[in-house]
Amino acid sequence: MNTISRGRGRAWLYLPLILMALFYLLPLYVMLNTGFKSFAEVDLQTMWKLPSGLHFDNFVAAFEKLAPYLWNSVKLVIPAALISSFLGSLNGFVLAKWKFPGADIIFPLILFGMFIPYQSILIPLVEFMKRINLYGGIPGLMLTHVIYGIPITTLTFRNYYASIPNELVEAARIDGAGMLKSYRYILLPLSLPSFVVVLIWQFTQAWNDFLFAVVITSPSSWPITVALNNMAGSQIIAWNVQMAGAFLAALPTLLVYIFLGRYFLRGLMAGALKG
Amino acid sequence: MQKKETWLSIALVSPSILAVLIFVYGFIGWSVRVSLSKWKGLLPDYTWVGLRNYINLFSDPRFLVDVKNTLLFTVLFVVGCLLLGLILALLLDQGLRGEAFFRSLFLFPMAISFIVTGVVWRWLMNPAQGDRLSGINLLFNSLGLKFLISQWHATPGIGIAFIAIPAIWQMSGYTMALYLAGVRGIPEELREAARVDGATELQVYRYIVLPLLSPVTLSAMIILGHISLKVFDLIVAVAGKQLPLDVPAIYMWQTTFDGLFYGRGATIGILLLLSVAVLVIPYLRHTLRTEAEL
Repeated sequence: MNTISRGRGRAWLYLPLILMALFYLLPLYVMLNTGFKSFAEVDLQTMWKLPSGLHFDNFVAAFEKLAPYLWNSVKLVIPAALISSFLGSLNGFVLAKWKFPGADIIFPLILFGMFIPYQSILIPLVEFMKRINLYGGIPGLMLTHVIYGIPITTLTFRNYYASIPNELVEAARIDGAGMLKSYRYILLPLSLPSFVVVLIWQFTQAWNDFLFAVVITSPSSWPITVALNNMAGSQIIAWNVQMAGAFLAALPTLLVYIFLGRYFLRGLMAGALKG
Repeated sequence: MQKKETWLSIALVSPSILAVLIFVYGFIGWSVRVSLSKWKGLLPDYTWVGLRNYINLFSDPRFLVDVKNTLLFTVLFVVGCLLLGLILALLLDQGLRGEAFFRSLFLFPMAISFIVTGVVWRWLMNPAQGDRLSGINLLFNSLGLKFLISQWHATPGIGIAFIAIPAIWQMSGYTMALYLAGVRGIPEELREAARVDGATELQVYRYIVLPLLSPVTLSAMIILGHISLKVFDLIVAVAGKQLPLDVPAIYMWQTTFDGLFYGRGATIGILLLLSVAVLVIPYLRHTLRTEAEL
């Protein structure tokens, strides 16, 4: 049996797939459906009914409340993703191509950092940030994301650079290129797709983080996740506005996923090591 | 030249290595020290109390509830993700049209935060009964599936089990992706050979595909297991901080930053670390060793 004939007569397989698709779409449906209702239509007892038309009241209300926090997230996440990706690329390059004595011990030590439960470092982190006067603000949170992002960015780049033949670096060497030049002119340009993978991954991770943010930022510096959770916990803000807010909070990473899904998937698999 | 470049390579990575050494290992050491102290209140107090915090935790009823909740949640979450992930991967491996669409759909929750997921599921799993029925209960009611109406996470004693539903929603697509990569890694000739030998399609899966997927299952179990031990934001977003749904990560947060019991908070953090390390260190060693042999 070849693949083509295996594909035929199997229409029934779509039934479980479609049922599962409905399960995955359920929250998205509720989020958008509620978001597009007018204030008057919103009622918990009719939450599955479609809206009478497209109303933007909820999104406007949510945006008014969440805009400063969305902006905080943007200011925080973009530099954090850029810096930790760049550091990961340097580390990956050295660990794959210019192993120094002891590199084989260092690499697993760095890797372990990506699995630790952050509860085990939270108290020192807060104390440390207070001592260096970065507690409460965005720069402190940014630094935190950069540092705890190093393990995964290093891993992804190391694996990528390891797959590039050593002969390429050797050839550059014969042509007189030193270590930095072979990085700058050969490996760095080759690894642009990896940069996309790592940047997307770090962007998503930092955008979605809650734990670090809730512990080391003060309300004016809250990123969107903390603000959204706070909004959801309050009794004053209607649930329809919360739904619209949840959608706004999810939108940036969702757009990245929709347009750059291929790279997103590669980042995902890198996190699983070799699987 | 060679020597100079060795130094240069060390210089390039040393800022990162130093940062990781301080922020991971230094901080872990610092946490261990706090866990052995009687620090309680705003001002640090490093008075040595030995293992007293650890001993106290194991007779702390709240912590015992946490351990029970974590175990129940972990079993349901890991088994649920593995089963669903495997089924989806095998379905998608059938060469159907629209495979890419379904794959993307099953994976999109991975792009979203646990907070967003939690806020939405908080309304989907609204436990209100009677006239105030809403969310999925309302759907069950109108579909004539009244027997399925549930109090969800408000169910006494096993509420945490229902938190596994949004968690599985979020992570099963990822498990599917792991399995799919595994299935695609099995050479087609292997299956073809079995078919030539007269194996039915079901037998091919039972005797060829599934056994070859067991390393994927192991990796997935470790990854999902360590996520499950750390679960925190999802519960907070679905249900707030309530005692019946308490887990170690929430206890740690509350006791440290709301209650100022720093010694106890650090102890919970270190216990979480130990439980994750038991899972992850053998996995890392194994993966890196296999890689070195290649």
